[in-house]
Amino acid sequence: MNRFALPLALFALLVVVLAISIRHSPDKGTIVSPLLGRAAPGFALPSLTDAQHKVNSQDLKGHWYLLNVWGTWCVECRAEHAMLVEVGKSGVIPIIGLDWKDEDDHALEWLAQLGNPYQAIGVDHDGRTAIDWGVYGAPETFLVSPQGIVVYKLVGPLTRESWAQEFLPRLPQRVGAGS
Amino acid sequence: MCRGGLVIALLLALSGSRMACAIDATSIADPALEARYLELTHELRCMQCQNESIADSPVGLASDLRREVRDMLLAGKSDDDVRNYMVARYGEFILFRPRFSARNAWLWLAPPLFLLIGLGVAVRVVRQRGALALTDPDVPDDDGRS
Repeated sequence: MNRFALPLALFALLVVVLAISIRHSPDKGTIVSPLLGRAAPGFALPSLTDAQHKVNSQDLKGHWYLLNVWGTWCVECRAEHAMLVEVGKSGVIPIIGLDWKDEDDHALEWLAQLGNPYQAIGVDHDGRTAIDWGVYGAPETFLVSPQGIVVYKLVGPLTRESWAQEFLPRLPQRVGAGS
Repeated sequence: MCRGGLVIALLLALSGSRMACAIDATSIADPALEARYLELTHELRCMQCQNESIADSPVGLASDLRREVRDMLLAGKSDDDVRNYMVARYGEFILFRPRFSARNAWLWLAPPLFLLIGLGVAVRVVRQRGALALTDPDVPDDDGRS
């Protein structure tokens, strides 16, 4: 009995450690962003729709916004676009687009065809802003607080479910009430 | 084929693969920087494909990240500066060789710890056996029977 006690205890410890690790491991494929809970990276990008102005992160301070990373080369972005239009129409929260490594005329054509849910669209030709945000695929959608803190990041297309389950509950009642 | 030749062929293949895998022809004039560039790009994960390094991956993001590495090295940044830059944006996951931290300390420490425990057990067992053989009059001899 006694000679088995120690190995058994060690084995039990191993099982507990592995069980905890498995429980806490995130889904395969989605990587938890180190940006969560931190200040959103600043940017000042040329605007897709307004050659006179830049899309500047400074101007976004003080209210909630979504940053949606997309590109016309991205198949999933087409799939989520209708949902973005719906959210844009609801007026719950402004959506800022980050047109990632895309052709301007393709992007404009896309918006003319599918609708433009964005309050402003920054053009990231060289992909540097996307790197600062830790973007590794499109679409990705960030929720940023009035203090400029990244509150949530969605990897993959925005759906009705993710909108209701992940975004709305994180918004204050007053803002979310409009939906 | 003799074994030596096989080993040499294997080593040649492995050493050659580094260069062969690099997907773009980089143009860093300084060979020391070039070597660091190759080293770093091989130990950074391509987040899109996840099981390739950014040196080996043809996707757009990997080439953007290679450009960042090259620019930072040319700007005189250290290897750790580059790693910190990447980890701040993409998390520890981007490093193929995770760094020692409080969270993964047990992973790093467990193997030597288990080795020590094993050694301790082995030493104890050998000692006990030795003591047994000395004190036990019924110790079996080489024939096996007492």
